[in-house]
Amino acid sequence: MKRRISVGLLFASPWLVGMVVFRFYPIGASIYNSFTEFDIVTPPFFVGLENYASLLRDDVFWVSLQNTIYLFLIGLPITVAVALFVAMLLNRRFPGVRVSRAIFYLPSVVPIVVIAIVWRWMLDAEVGMLNAILQLVGIRGPGWLGDPRWIKPALIMINCWLIGDLMLIFLASLKDVSPQLYEAADLEGASPVRKTLAITLPMISPIILFNVIIGIIRTFVYFDIPYIMTTTAGVTYGGPLRSATFYSMYLYNNAFRFYKMGYASAMAWILFIITIAVTLFVIRRSSNWIYYEAENR
Amino acid sequence: MRTIAMRDRHGNTMVAAVVTIVGVVLFLLPIYWMVVTSLKSSVQIFQYPPVWMPIPAQWSNYVEATRFIPFFNYIKNSAIYCALTILGALFSNSLVAYSFARLDWPFKKFGFLLTLSMMMIPFQVTMIPLFLMMHKLGWANTYLPLVVPHFFGNAFFIFLLRQFFMTIPEEYSSCARIDGAGELMIFAWIIIPQCKAALSVVALFQFIDAWRDFLGPLIYLNDESKFPISLGIQQFVVTYYKPEWGLLMAACVMTTVPIVVLFAFFQRYFVEGITITGLKG
Repeated sequence: MKRRISVGLLFASPWLVGMVVFRFYPIGASIYNSFTEFDIVTPPFFVGLENYASLLRDDVFWVSLQNTIYLFLIGLPITVAVALFVAMLLNRRFPGVRVSRAIFYLPSVVPIVVIAIVWRWMLDAEVGMLNAILQLVGIRGPGWLGDPRWIKPALIMINCWLIGDLMLIFLASLKDVSPQLYEAADLEGASPVRKTLAITLPMISPIILFNVIIGIIRTFVYFDIPYIMTTTAGVTYGGPLRSATFYSMYLYNNAFRFYKMGYASAMAWILFIITIAVTLFVIRRSSNWIYYEAENR
Repeated sequence: MRTIAMRDRHGNTMVAAVVTIVGVVLFLLPIYWMVVTSLKSSVQIFQYPPVWMPIPAQWSNYVEATRFIPFFNYIKNSAIYCALTILGALFSNSLVAYSFARLDWPFKKFGFLLTLSMMMIPFQVTMIPLFLMMHKLGWANTYLPLVVPHFFGNAFFIFLLRQFFMTIPEEYSSCARIDGAGELMIFAWIIIPQCKAALSVVALFQFIDAWRDFLGPLIYLNDESKFPISLGIQQFVVTYYKPEWGLLMAACVMTTVPIVVLFAFFQRYFVEGITITGLKG
């Protein structure tokens, strides 16, 4: 028995070491760093809560936080709703359903840099494809990436194109909803809308919560796409009037452009706490709308 | 009554079909636009109204794109990056997942919960200390910081493989143990051969993650000659105010094709991997 315990630990050892070295240590070090001023070249020196205090006075910090919260409050519900809607469309039997699923998932495997660049090109105000299509139906499209009012909606639109994972998870959960429930509803002559509201949504509500939680984490680390889209000639300008400067972008700039490691670490910790707080808040509030099948049996 | 219900259902099916087709077209548009732009001459690119089908197609953009940036060098770097991280991921995660699925040790349950919670930690929280650590080790501007951590496990893959390993009947292992086989033998000769599908999922996801990875290389690599394709493509946009869209799109297509091919061949694995664990990445 004792031998088997040591074998077990031996098998698990890469991860046990990995967790300590690549997870716990950095998390701890990041707390310590957040209390220091550190530019990599000169050794760090302790400044107490100075970094946190200056963050509160930093306008860009607040702007980046606001932009990220916008993405969370407006973008995330839209993205999750689109993913669910597409999953419901694809949860039917029709010729070509497999190909359709593949097409809706396809954007999610395209390299992120390619996504950002292709969309940057599509959203070009003058010769972009999107405005050309809008022109066909008589709408003069906005400047998208050049317009502080439209850049965030544009990014949300791109996120709606990248729903692959969420959609697949929804699809799997939709298949688990018992067909008997729908049959019973059909006998009562329930409309599709009624069936969706009364059966589908309650039955898959735990999965909606799960996808929202994944979405929260992704929202707060949102970096690649806006960073690439708003970098021109070596300068990341973060959108007109900083309208697309998101939290992680400002954090990155502080760390790797300005070499303010302490300051960036303080931002990282605030990010961590916000992510946990928002997640817990959403889980807490979810008891109002979530339906666990097992409880009601 | 019955006929009305049937007509209704028929109408609904029609609506759903139309919406699905519209959705499919919308989702394909950006990809179509990428491909079409890659085949346009520089005059056609800025024509208005836009050219939807360039005739004749300018295939030379593809050749030129590989010369405009050191395309094949970037691809080579990315291929090495992918291969090494796949190796690391397969090695470490299968061992660890086996331990969580089949072996016993103190606080294993707690260790597993801890592992799952690791998926909740935003990369930005560990990013700076990791960078400083790698910097101190003298690993800055090399692939070591990007590759070595993969030899120490990944919470998502451990979870995924553990779920697969749990489905193999325990009897196989206990029989082998009676015959005197050690755990390493059981692992290598009984478990692994039955989990080729699961290991393929890990390899596939790891390939895609490494191929798409942008932030990691952005932080660690300074030398252009070491850039993977993700950073390499960005060079088009970083250096020039008005990028050569035709060439850029050709490079984008060539970067996307390997993943799309894999995706087409292994679609089933994607679905399995994502739905079994509930998420990816």
